[in-house]
Amino acid sequence: MKILSIESASLAASAALIEDDVLLAECTSNYKKTHSETLLPMIHEVMEMAGTKPEELSAIAVSSGPGSFTGLRIGAATAKGLAYALDIPVIPVPTLDAMAYGCFGSSFLLMPFMDARRNQVYAGIYEFEGDRFLVRKSSFAEDLGLAVEETKKLSKETGKQILFLGDGITTLKDKLTALMPEGLMMAPVSQRFQRASSVGALAFQLYAQGIYERAETFLPVYLRKSQAEREREAMGLSTEGEMT
Amino acid sequence: MEDKLILAIESSCDETAAAVVKNGRGVLSNVISSQIALHTLYGGVVPEIASRKHVEKIIPVIHEALKEAQVKKEELDAIAVTYGPGLVGALLVGVNAAKAMAFALDKPLIGVHHIEGHVAANFIEHPDLEPPFACLVVSGGHTHLIEVLDYGHFNIIGHTRDDAAGEAFDKVARAIGLGYPGGPKIDKKAKEGNPEAIPFPKAKVNDAPYDFSFSGLKSAVLNYLNHAKMAGETVNDADLAASFQKAVVDVLTEHSMAFVKERGYKKFAAAGGVASNSALRASLENACRKAGVDFYVPSPILCTDNAAMIGCAGYYEFLKGARAGLDLNAVPNLKLGER
Repeated sequence: MKILSIESASLAASAALIEDDVLLAECTSNYKKTHSETLLPMIHEVMEMAGTKPEELSAIAVSSGPGSFTGLRIGAATAKGLAYALDIPVIPVPTLDAMAYGCFGSSFLLMPFMDARRNQVYAGIYEFEGDRFLVRKSSFAEDLGLAVEETKKLSKETGKQILFLGDGITTLKDKLTALMPEGLMMAPVSQRFQRASSVGALAFQLYAQGIYERAETFLPVYLRKSQAEREREAMGLSTEGEMT
Repeated sequence: MEDKLILAIESSCDETAAAVVKNGRGVLSNVISSQIALHTLYGGVVPEIASRKHVEKIIPVIHEALKEAQVKKEELDAIAVTYGPGLVGALLVGVNAAKAMAFALDKPLIGVHHIEGHVAANFIEHPDLEPPFACLVVSGGHTHLIEVLDYGHFNIIGHTRDDAAGEAFDKVARAIGLGYPGGPKIDKKAKEGNPEAIPFPKAKVNDAPYDFSFSGLKSAVLNYLNHAKMAGETVNDADLAASFQKAVVDVLTEHSMAFVKERGYKKFAAAGGVASNSALRASLENACRKAGVDFYVPSPILCTDNAAMIGCAGYYEFLKGARAGLDLNAVPNLKLGER
């Protein structure tokens, strides 16, 4: 079974083609270029490299968020368009889960995070018990200090050291360093950033558990409402419009 | 020639739309999912909300369009999509879904200019209409007087220097408490009022007889309201709406007819959301009749944003051999005539 996986939730744009337990091809870029321009050419490239026709795909896996709103939408629209055209399901893979899963078998407590702006990060806390992948806290939006504090508490409980990953390390390095006077451990670049192969690898697990959706209904997870909605809610007003 | 079936997708603002168009002018389906009710809460289109709604609706709308047209995905000859101008986040949804479908189905992809789509709406309803002709494109974001020299070949004669006509409608509607969307609401209110009640200025742009300017008119309306408020006078909203609308309609009509006369055009078309305004339609039709010029305007459903018009414009691009690459991006400020 072949699954094409897509990652465009944050700074990285990435596409991978996996056949069962073989990563046939992967293309990843962390260069500042619009995902809208790069993602589909990348998909084309990995499919070409692996001599695979779109009809051979069994599912489309997509990094489902949280992340940049625009990045998530580019990934979602692409995944939906592919899956709908091919009559195959979409496997939504939580972005931070996929990043942590990329550190398979790690003995550390894993905290991937992205800069969510407005003094917040999107983060999650994970660990492996042998080959069992445990989500200790699934994706949340929080102040970096509070997120680190929570991870530290778990670190004490489990006796596991914390390994940070994610592009939040790059933009919030000073803040993170200040929060970790005991020393900061960061994943190497090969594991630090989003990669479609991690999305695809976890997608096979999810698919086996029956976790997938139709192209029509799949939606990315933004974790946050739009600013206009937040402001309206702050005034105690409804954000539900009558749809036609 | 064999029949050509095009699936068209439009998501430039607050309508998610898809259509299947046969040979350019035959609309087999035209599905529109409007978000107006949602944006009314905020008094205008909120880009982030619009973009999210597009993600939700894009596939169901495409599916509905194919189903209604009784066309299978595999039978399509090409996929056309609006790639600009518009809200970037909104455009990206349609563009990426279209690219993905074109890639997966191995079909040609055609990027369509939203305004060219509006112009093409006229081809759908008027089988006899062929370029060249003069055309007024008026919408929430655009006010252009153009020559349509050939399919997909335009010459811009005049444009707005500030606000688009539709923008002025929205702002004035908000000022007198009619809410969003302003165009239809002013149109309705104006029917109860006297268009001669308040003499608003008709802005001319120096040295550019075919250009438009609506910010001065908008300010005049706001000043009029402020002045009345300070003097403790009540304003007749219907008279104000009618007088404002007349000022806009008169300028649009005068410029259009002056140009038609100067170049000797025998065919004149109107297009865009504001072309569904009843006063503008009546005024242009009347002026054309007097000048002995054939007048064309799409029915209101094809004036507002829709995908059938994108399929029509896309068809003529398709015939010319235009093909977009998989790196097609949304271009929010795409200029008319730009490729």
